[in-house]
Amino acid sequence: MRISHKIGLAGAAFGLALAAPSARAADPIKIGVIAETSAISGVGIPNAAKMAAEEINAKGGVNGRMIEIVDYDDHSSAADAVRAFQRAAQQDKVAAVIASYISEVVLALEPWAGRLKMPMITPGAASNEITKRVHDDYDHMKYVFHGYLASTQLADVVCDAGKSLMVNDLKMKTAVIMSEDAAWTRPLDDEYLKCLPASGLKVLDHIRLSPDTTDFTPIFNKIEGEKPDVIVTGISHVGVQPTVQWQQQQVPMPMYGIASQATNATFWKDTNGAADGVIFNMVAAPDVAVTPNTIPFAKAYKAKYGSLPGYAAYQSYDDVFMWAEAIRKAGGTEPDKMVEAMEKTDYVGTIGRVVFLPKEDTFAHGMKIGEGYITGLMVQWQKGNPVTVWPANVATGKMVFPAFTKLSQ
Amino acid sequence: MLALQILIDGFAISSLYALGATGFTLIFGVSGVLNLSHGAIMVVAAVIAWWVAGTFGTGAYIGALAGVAAALACAFFTYRVIVRPIQDSGAIPKEEKEIFVLTGTLLWGIMLQEAVAYLFTDNPKTVRPLVEGVVMILGVRTPWNEILTAALSWGAIGLLYLLVNRTRTGKSLLAASMNPRGLTLLGFEMSNIYVLVWAIYGILAGIAGVLLGAFLGVSSGNAGTLTASAFSIVVLGGLGSVSGSLMAAYVVGYLETMTAYLVSPSIRTVPVLLLLVLVVYLRPQGLLGRR
Repeated sequence: MRISHKIGLAGAAFGLALAAPSARAADPIKIGVIAETSAISGVGIPNAAKMAAEEINAKGGVNGRMIEIVDYDDHSSAADAVRAFQRAAQQDKVAAVIASYISEVVLALEPWAGRLKMPMITPGAASNEITKRVHDDYDHMKYVFHGYLASTQLADVVCDAGKSLMVNDLKMKTAVIMSEDAAWTRPLDDEYLKCLPASGLKVLDHIRLSPDTTDFTPIFNKIEGEKPDVIVTGISHVGVQPTVQWQQQQVPMPMYGIASQATNATFWKDTNGAADGVIFNMVAAPDVAVTPNTIPFAKAYKAKYGSLPGYAAYQSYDDVFMWAEAIRKAGGTEPDKMVEAMEKTDYVGTIGRVVFLPKEDTFAHGMKIGEGYITGLMVQWQKGNPVTVWPANVATGKMVFPAFTKLSQ
Repeated sequence: MLALQILIDGFAISSLYALGATGFTLIFGVSGVLNLSHGAIMVVAAVIAWWVAGTFGTGAYIGALAGVAAALACAFFTYRVIVRPIQDSGAIPKEEKEIFVLTGTLLWGIMLQEAVAYLFTDNPKTVRPLVEGVVMILGVRTPWNEILTAALSWGAIGLLYLLVNRTRTGKSLLAASMNPRGLTLLGFEMSNIYVLVWAIYGILAGIAGVLLGAFLGVSSGNAGTLTASAFSIVVLGGLGSVSGSLMAAYVVGYLETMTAYLVSPSIRTVPVLLLLVLVVYLRPQGLLGRR
């Protein structure tokens, strides 16, 4: 019994020794994806990442190795996400992580990326704090990249577009800011308060609401009493409910700004069409060729998963290609070399040309924003479809508002 | 103007709270069960109503009926598969059964909630309202749907009142809540009464869920809050007292609405929780509690 056991072991060891070298060469490169799969914004992250991996693998993979996506559901909980991150790094041995669209979750993962030297990018969180930490403590935090606009940059896009859409086209003069109380909206609101007046919209009030709010009636009534021309939003955890109540109560001013839930293809159905007229920000939309890759991706995503991609899916798709490119350039998955290669990224994906800002910048490892790089779009729900209304050179339609909206006051 | 607005908005939400809490307190009064899957059952009703109306294009009415039917099915399932086996079990000591029922319904509620999130995502859904449009009441623009919500809530509560006070079956329910042993001695089969009370509960929770879905919208994440809100209303009103719950629903609804309008919407629920702490300290039997 004993002897046979030993022989068995020896045999196994011999077998392994024979198999190991060839197995290692063909070992897949794993990329961990952490997001909440029950949320529509969340599920797009692993879905899009898998599409990117399939495309890379169909062309032979990276340095002869296939890309394998390992996905973890974090239920939007920072604790679950940290556990998933630790498992991804220590047990599943992934080479890089693509994580979450929620700032609180990404901020909880960030120190772990530093501790475990695990390259990580977020395709959808917006807090300024993410890149500020990289800037303040580069040596430890350099493993973190920000694959989405920071809140301040988002506010700037909304203000730029607001100058053209709200002030020039609709002759609006006043606004009320309505944003949810969350990590990502603090810098957003600070910037709104500066840039809205600069673009010609006087801010009459600034309302921060709890992300748990279900009854928005008092909020809309208060806003209406202040008679602004437009409600400028900063919402992500809420979206369906305020939109439906805005329509049911026939609040006469348009909702314009950032509304992450509105970027979901199912938003029209979730709100029973109450979304009609809502204007929101995206970096890529299914009807606009931001780059030659945008529309083919949106179409392929819809063909594969049955609905159009939510906002974070575009970035997640691009992120896999960027990690693959970084691994190719670094000649392997050594984290420091990957970070070095990622810093040199100059990649045209679905959302524009991605170049990461240098460590000296306050938005270190954030994306470069502006003409020729990432510009952002304003999109409006019209009769069941998202229609891009800004910037003018790529717009596919003009703004249309529901009958209850009163535009000139 | 502001006062009228608070009056109207507070009335609609309070009526909905009242309806939600009535079924919850009824079950406790008659069978001594605190059903912690209450919020999840309301969520199921709303999401099924949304799904049937939206996916099959059946229109709002069929959707609403499907939602109520789903809640009824969930209520029966909760009774037959979760509550009844615990009550009948010989392995659980009698004095621990209430804890087991609490735990069982709590876990079942979480299962329902997760199932909804898995099948329909945890994004909020809104049930298409039965009526659209708004009406001006003394200068306050009020959606018809808000008025309908209050009217239907009171309609359902009124029917329940008639059932309990005017019919023989209903009276046996009332008797069961007062003296179950006496009722058994009179030849009533308690298990039939329990099935009846769970059926009534399912319908009430279903209507409340569908109305909530049309009025404010729900997501699977709301299940816990909905249970907690029914629970606080019932504790405030006095466990098992239906009229106490109705009163408490209005106290809670108006306190929340006033806080939202006069202080800040972001601390809407805080004063209610403080009030609840006070009640537990000073009058643990609740406003109209009997024990």
